[in-house]
Amino acid sequence: MDFLTLIQVLDSTVRLSTPLLLACLAGLFSERAGIFDIGLEGKMLMAAFFSAAVAAVTGSVWLGLLAGIASSMVLAGLHGLASITFRGNQLISGVAINFLAAGMTVLIAQDWFRQGGRTPSLIGGGRFGGLEFPGAIGPADAEASGRPVSELIGEANVLQQIYSDLISGHSILVYAAFLAVPATWWVLFRTRFGLRLRAVGENPAAVDTAGVSVVGLRYAAIAICGLLCGIAGAYLATALQAGFVKDMTAGRGYIALAALIFAKWRPWHAMWACLLFGFLQAVALRYQNIDVGGVVIPVQVMDALPYILTVVILAGFVGKAIPPRAGGEPYVKER
Amino acid sequence: MTGAHEAERQATAAPAIELRGISKSFGPVQANKDISIRVMPGTIHGIIGENGAGKSTLMSILYGFYKADAGEIFVNGKKTEIPDSQAAIAAGIGMVFQHFKLVENFTVLENVVLGAEDGRLLRPSLAKARKILAELAVEYELNVDPDSRIDQIGVGMQQRVEILKALYRQADILILDEPTGVLTPAEADQLFRILDRLRAEGKTIILITHKLREIMEITDTVSVMRRGEMTATVKTTETNPEQLAELMVGRKVLLRVDKAPANPGKTVLEVKNLRVHDRQGVERVKGIDLTVRAGEILGIAGVAGNGQSELLEVLGGMRPGAGTVTLNGEPLVLEGRGADGQSRRAAGLAHVPEDRQREGLIMEFHAWENVAFGYHHDPAYQRNALMMDNAALRRDTAAKMEKFDVRPPDPWLTAKNFSGGNQQKIVVAREIERNPDLLLVGQPTRGVDIGAIEFIHRQIVALRDQGAAILLVSVELDEILSLSDRIAVMFDGRMMGERLPDQTDETELGLLMAGVSGKAA
Amino acid sequence: MDKMPKWADVVLIPLISLILAAALSALVILGIGEDPVAAVKMMVSGALGSTYGWGYTLYYATNFMFTGLAVAVAFHARMFNIGGEGQAMLGGLGVAIMCLYVPWPHWTLALIGASGLAALFGAAWAAIPAWLQAKRGSHIVITTIMFNFIASAVLNYVLVNLLRPVGSMDPATARFPEAVHLPTLHELLAPIGIGFSKAAPANVSLLVAVIACVLVWLLIWRTRLGYEIRAYGHSETGALYAGISPVRITMIAMLISGGLAGMMAINNVMGEAERLVLNATEGAGFIGIAVALMGRSHPFGVFLAAILFGFLYQGGAELALWTSIPRELIVVIQALVILFTGALDNMVRMPLEKLFLSLRKGRA
Repeated sequence: MDFLTLIQVLDSTVRLSTPLLLACLAGLFSERAGIFDIGLEGKMLMAAFFSAAVAAVTGSVWLGLLAGIASSMVLAGLHGLASITFRGNQLISGVAINFLAAGMTVLIAQDWFRQGGRTPSLIGGGRFGGLEFPGAIGPADAEASGRPVSELIGEANVLQQIYSDLISGHSILVYAAFLAVPATWWVLFRTRFGLRLRAVGENPAAVDTAGVSVVGLRYAAIAICGLLCGIAGAYLATALQAGFVKDMTAGRGYIALAALIFAKWRPWHAMWACLLFGFLQAVALRYQNIDVGGVVIPVQVMDALPYILTVVILAGFVGKAIPPRAGGEPYVKER
Repeated sequence: MTGAHEAERQATAAPAIELRGISKSFGPVQANKDISIRVMPGTIHGIIGENGAGKSTLMSILYGFYKADAGEIFVNGKKTEIPDSQAAIAAGIGMVFQHFKLVENFTVLENVVLGAEDGRLLRPSLAKARKILAELAVEYELNVDPDSRIDQIGVGMQQRVEILKALYRQADILILDEPTGVLTPAEADQLFRILDRLRAEGKTIILITHKLREIMEITDTVSVMRRGEMTATVKTTETNPEQLAELMVGRKVLLRVDKAPANPGKTVLEVKNLRVHDRQGVERVKGIDLTVRAGEILGIAGVAGNGQSELLEVLGGMRPGAGTVTLNGEPLVLEGRGADGQSRRAAGLAHVPEDRQREGLIMEFHAWENVAFGYHHDPAYQRNALMMDNAALRRDTAAKMEKFDVRPPDPWLTAKNFSGGNQQKIVVAREIERNPDLLLVGQPTRGVDIGAIEFIHRQIVALRDQGAAILLVSVELDEILSLSDRIAVMFDGRMMGERLPDQTDETELGLLMAGVSGKAA
Repeated sequence: MDKMPKWADVVLIPLISLILAAALSALVILGIGEDPVAAVKMMVSGALGSTYGWGYTLYYATNFMFTGLAVAVAFHARMFNIGGEGQAMLGGLGVAIMCLYVPWPHWTLALIGASGLAALFGAAWAAIPAWLQAKRGSHIVITTIMFNFIASAVLNYVLVNLLRPVGSMDPATARFPEAVHLPTLHELLAPIGIGFSKAAPANVSLLVAVIACVLVWLLIWRTRLGYEIRAYGHSETGALYAGISPVRITMIAMLISGGLAGMMAINNVMGEAERLVLNATEGAGFIGIAVALMGRSHPFGVFLAAILFGFLYQGGAELALWTSIPRELIVVIQALVILFTGALDNMVRMPLEKLFLSLRKGRA
């Protein structure tokens, strides 16, 4: 693989990791507070649809983003209602929400747009365009010179290649996602809210006896989860791709969950885990089969690698992956 | 400790805590009956009583966990409503729970600060807390490393963290619920020194315990609770262990079972140097020896939580242990393969467990399904190699129900629809009808009505007369005295001594149960 | 005491949950501009109004019986097996291998062989998550979800690289030989004079599914193993008291569960498609969850719920054909059923308990 190709693959990695990262951070907040959430997939999907739909109808991608976030938070609220207020089975709730999203998105898409369950392609203001950093080679230069951007970049020096291809030119949501990592770290480990949130996932009784509302904290956590999943879904449909198609999340919610476990519920590790999984996706996209020292690794192995890695982590073969102690259990005030 | 000036101050001061007429019921059970108590400031006030006496309920009311059905709370002379823990904290009440409410993977500092942070940002809160903790450490000799993680410090240290939590929130009144349950004697002594210091600084301490030694050693006044009522409040210096023991266990009319004297045969169960650790690594049984012979009942007396449950569980195959146990001369496997309930039953053991609802029965199963529980491999219950003979099981159940007068005698009723007494009769019937060589019995009449109690006692004695060896564990002293041929007392995981029932009485046993060994001076 | 009579627990709560799900579905249909009543009428006529409809309904129901039983058995041991989809995929592989590489003289023998390998593969696919849960405490929900995805990749690889006939572009196996063709209901009923649609795919595996329901019932309520599974499922501490091994029960229950899910393949792979294609399972593993929840994990309930969902599936297909309501409506209904019977159980249960309690007090 030559250097330019490597840069292009890394560039692809960044773009593919972004929805994973956002969903992963979403799950982080929820699970750290003790609410298992396997419904990340459904929330992303719902947000993907609504953001694309509203963007298509209004022509404004920002309104689309808001709509996506709102729809994701509604589903998050539903999960909270079932898990916290009605103390139901969190896993079943998550599964139900995934199905609900899968069905409702196509239903509503068909009803609104009559295009077989998808939204119209998004153009112009309906999409998040790339943000060109100053000095980078971008579409403007391509227009001016009449040659494709990739050719121009190919001729530039190494630093310029990294700058133009890898760092500059992503949609704003990508930068937001990566900024969300230190932000998440800061909230969790440098604020009072974060301390309490982490506590409520480990020992809700400790929080309760300290006079802080367990219910309030948990609802706050799932609200944040809804918000981040909303952005993830909106990114998928309005930046990474140009519109919503059925089942477009394609298991990303589960990969994000796998990354979360892989990262042992820590923000910076989550970022690296998502980058890793994004990298695997980018490679699988680019190469059908990979030749590693004479052994051909079929593309299906690359596809399955995130999941296999997760099972290995869960089996405790790569260190113990200990989830928040109170995870998955409804809090009932003990005698 | 208290000078004349102090005494005078106390005589005129308002009580730190006063409870008037507190009553609380849970369904038909009245946990607290019209309790009134006054705790003076700057004293250590002990509340002693057996399990189920109502101490924890009372303190939970004080800390805002429960709302009393009737009665009033006065803090420092002012009537105070305590609807939740926040109100309790605001009133200056801090509670150190028996089971710590700590976040295991947080540091000491983080645990102390949780819920009492100063502002939204954590670092300033932690910095402030660090300073205050250092001051508290000096003032009360409560030295803890603020940056150590909870799961890496010992239990004694963890308890200090709980105390610090309360002090950090400026609690003037500290409630400690069975604080020495998880401490070594050395750690317990350290705790008492800390309590001493706290008292010297003017704090009020309420100490809930069932251990007489602690009461005598550290408290100024002591209240005795029994069966939901406050039976007495006395100055510690004006009482003695015997009197307290008597107040604690009470003088009741004994329901003595009519039984012939025992005719013990060969040794059936022999236990040597049994040690049991719980999942947290705390040693619960600290090297005990005992023997039970055929045709005799060995009764193990003791307040709950002193290792008796673990003893039964190890013998029953529910929990690993270490040491030597032989049944009918054959050694029992105490750990790993072969240490399970089926192997035990095959060796001739039957077990009436302490908790019939969580262990002895499957509440959602029908009565006839429960009769097979533990014995579902019995050929008598099988129709063929694959299938069970449910009809035979039901017939057997009907027969047992009749013999043991289980009401209603309906094999199809699910276990949770029987009263406690009848549930227990089902368990007892099942185990006794096995004609075991050794019967383990834990709390056989807990939550059981009088009529069923008598019946169950007679059945146990009848089994003894058929030559079985019976190991009985009970927190009810009169049950122990009534049924046992020999009595052993367990306290803090050790055997305190053996007595014969007609050569001892409740007072002596009460002393042993409360950790006071040897005859009182 | 029971807070409410048994019949209320077993029948009333699922019924109310179903009604709530149906009501919300009706709202959804209204929301997309269609008439719910007309929709229901069309579903009924499309799914139940002809032998063609019944043929499809029963075909789908057969799938759901297998996957529903799989989830139900695991539920009895207090485990949530979401891996039915992957286990069914692997079952399909087992069926394909048996049908393609063994020269069967008669379909009955082929059925036995294929069932065996399908169950074996399905059980094997459940074995690793089961072992990880039993021995290492790895949460079975997450591992089975992961195994669903891994199964997809495995099937993809096998179909593209190993089992694809030379010269074909389709990621699918060759057609199975005629000898292993399973008789459809039409072929079964014609000799005894009952006319049944020729085009419908319901086949003899329906009978296998029904037999499986009976066998599962026998297993759970009539055998020692079933006794132990139920006891452990209700109370782990009780199981310890009675000497029932948690590890053993976890493994066995999941193996049976995986095996049942794997057996679904005799219906869709051997009975209908007569070759193995990608995504042969089409979400049936997940519908099994809804079916098991609705049927309260009882084989008879699973049987009824499977037919209900078969009806919904076929009815949904009709709706998709004749109206603008896409097939995804069924996914929504399935989601609502799972939501109400599974996660929002207390929302229905708590008011009902209060109602029964007050009725009892009023009577007293």
